[in-house]
Amino acid sequence: MDAVTRRKFLIASGVLGGGAVGLGAAIGLADLLHRAKAQDPEEPGDNPDKLVVVTLYGGNDGLATVVPHGDDAYQSARPELAYASGQVLDLNGTLGLNPALVGLKKLWDDGQLAIVLGVGYPQPDRSHFHSMDVWQTASPAHPIKSGWVGRWLDAVKGPLETAVSFEPVLPPLLVGAERSGVSVGVSGLQLPAGITSDMLARLGQVVPGEPMIGARAAAGIRDLLDIDRLVREAERAERPSTGTRQEIPATGTGGESALAAQLNLVASCVEAGVRTRVYSVSLGGFDLHAQERAGQEMLLRELDQALTPFVQRLSATQAGRRVTVVVYSEFGRRVRANSAFGTDHGTAGPMFVLGPHVAGGLHGVQPSLTDLDDGDLKMTTDFRDVFGSIIESVLHPDPERFLEGHKLRPIPLIKKA
Amino acid sequence: MTDSVALLLRRAGFGPTATDLANGKRSGYSAVLRDLLAPAGDDAGAVRAPFPVLPVDPYTYFKRPPTAKEAAAADVVREDSIQRITRWWIDRLVVADHQGLEKLTFFWHGHWATSVKKVRDARLLLNQHQVLRKKDFREMARTMVTDAALIHWLDGQLNSRSKPNENLGRELMELFLLGIGNYTEADVKDAGRALTGWKVDYGRARSYFAAKDHDFGSKTILGVTRDFDAQSLTDFLLSQPICPRFIASRMWYRYGSAIDPIPQSVLDRMLTAFPYGPSMLWAMFEDEAFLATSGTMAKQPVEWLVGAMRQLGLRLWDLPKPAQDMVVAGLEALGQLPFAPPSVGGWPNSNAWLTTGATQIRLSLAGVLAEAVGAPQSIEGLAEVLAVETWTSRTFEALKDVPNPRHRLILGLVSPEYMVS
Repeated sequence: MDAVTRRKFLIASGVLGGGAVGLGAAIGLADLLHRAKAQDPEEPGDNPDKLVVVTLYGGNDGLATVVPHGDDAYQSARPELAYASGQVLDLNGTLGLNPALVGLKKLWDDGQLAIVLGVGYPQPDRSHFHSMDVWQTASPAHPIKSGWVGRWLDAVKGPLETAVSFEPVLPPLLVGAERSGVSVGVSGLQLPAGITSDMLARLGQVVPGEPMIGARAAAGIRDLLDIDRLVREAERAERPSTGTRQEIPATGTGGESALAAQLNLVASCVEAGVRTRVYSVSLGGFDLHAQERAGQEMLLRELDQALTPFVQRLSATQAGRRVTVVVYSEFGRRVRANSAFGTDHGTAGPMFVLGPHVAGGLHGVQPSLTDLDDGDLKMTTDFRDVFGSIIESVLHPDPERFLEGHKLRPIPLIKKA
Repeated sequence: MTDSVALLLRRAGFGPTATDLANGKRSGYSAVLRDLLAPAGDDAGAVRAPFPVLPVDPYTYFKRPPTAKEAAAADVVREDSIQRITRWWIDRLVVADHQGLEKLTFFWHGHWATSVKKVRDARLLLNQHQVLRKKDFREMARTMVTDAALIHWLDGQLNSRSKPNENLGRELMELFLLGIGNYTEADVKDAGRALTGWKVDYGRARSYFAAKDHDFGSKTILGVTRDFDAQSLTDFLLSQPICPRFIASRMWYRYGSAIDPIPQSVLDRMLTAFPYGPSMLWAMFEDEAFLATSGTMAKQPVEWLVGAMRQLGLRLWDLPKPAQDMVVAGLEALGQLPFAPPSVGGWPNSNAWLTTGATQIRLSLAGVLAEAVGAPQSIEGLAEVLAVETWTSRTFEALKDVPNPRHRLILGLVSPEYMVS
């Protein structure tokens, strides 16, 4: 399972039942998108708060991300994988960031990175499948068919573009009972020779009585055309001048990563005044059962080099300064390394919250490495308290509505304006 | 019953072609069902796509870690083999006459989803492919649990008495035989122990048992304590009442409905046919509830592409080389490249194929296919070739205003009607 994302696996979970999506598409939400853009563009100064959810698929090794280098138990539990104190980017003398996270360390120093420690959910399950469902539906006790962003979409009756995923497949996170977000490809429309967008637009009309799948396919065609307009507008938007920003020198080389491409599109949409409130992006491949150290550093470097310039770019515009970023994975890894210099599926891990309004620093308590639950960390913070606190600051004053009965214990992650 | 025959042909096979449909309507539902799932004689069409003969994985010759140059040369050989099996399977799906059995083999690939992207040695995948053709699911499972490709895919070769790795044991219960929720974490750990000692001989492209690494101790699985090993564990899991139910529901999920759970009547019929894959499908297709699912599934990318190629009389090799490469790249971008499922969970469900990104890729692929064939001259002729029962007024009117038959073919291939299975 190394280098394999479970992103598409989620779709098989049944959480993404076709019902909500089909209904949404069939009542013409794509038309709403067009209307919202044409008649009611977001005015400068009228910038609502926005959220970017970054999903790390595969189970990110929290102990190799925020490293408890000062803890002797860490060094003895995974001698082949452990970092020495001198190797990590120290945060407080006992915890340090993985050496690949140089950009995030800079954001930490600037007070723009909050780290929540030991985040998990009760009675953890080690299936990628089930665990990711829990994080995205915010329902650990029993499976449900909607994500917490989807339920918020239902509540605010947001039009199609209110929640956007720049992943090839829509994550359950964005699926509500009545509404759902939209999955947008990262490139614009390309037409075969002789085919015009007008020809396609006619195929995109829904016919009364058409089967649900036909209606959805028609909506897919309409959305493709609408999204193409949206992306082209975003590309025309003025990029802020880079003169005032402090750029972090890239430590790696090579092309733009898939995550960086997704985040660039988010930044362009935010700057262009697109009325999207929640963006979902992702990076996969964290399921490192074997030869973990090099792979983990490569992935964290990709994360670092995508997130850091993104957060810096946002801070340069008024709209961008209203954006909060949250990073999570479905579980951490076992404390002990396995025989293949990798780690198997575990439980709690750290979450990152980034942005200009974030209360930077450590939140919560680092789990003990000696008081374990069958070889796994005991969680110290419920993930619903993290998501709930962010919902309250960014999306909605009553977050418990979207947490399936969870009683919120707020965490002061966002500084009040 | 004519619509039912079209539904059956779409779900059970790829396409169908205009000829398949016309013949099917003449012979009737039962005869079509028999031809799909219990065909007589050898598959004359499939003979045109013989199994590739592949070289030994060059990595097995290295006695020491290869230099960068040696590794690059070996990777070229590996990649060539991977491309050969990938294109071979696409072609085989197009030319095979026994469409029901070909589709079922593809279903099992999604079930035991193993990717060459990690395994790298195409011979291991081709060997596994033969196991997917077994009609008895119990026999398939018994062979699969020590299949070299599956072992490598789920790190089984690293699973030893001293350092157990539970990956294969977990997926055996969660995804292959029981379904999530039908076991505990303690069961997973002991299942992993039962599978210890199985390793891969890469030179011979097969697995072998290393007794010194096997955990011969007793394991407790689902409340039963025994000295389970790979075979007795598999037999034990196969004997659980939940196993046939789980397999039947997975078949329903891909062939019947990705939204509605398997109806009781269908489940009851299918359980009596377990463990024979074609018989289980036969039982499903004979139930009224199957016919009621018409119009509720979207064509998977492979169904869409292979169906279109069959209907247009086009083999992969008929396309210019760059177009062949585009077809393979297109399937990969759609998330359904044979031998490369995105994860051990298999392909996304049918409704995930209707995103804007997927619509764009189908549009590009339709352009590639339309370049290579003579397009039907009339709008009615286009419907017949693509086995679309009737165009809606929307599509008919849209096609009417497009004078060029080739352009109409492209639009037909991306039309909402054509996406419905």
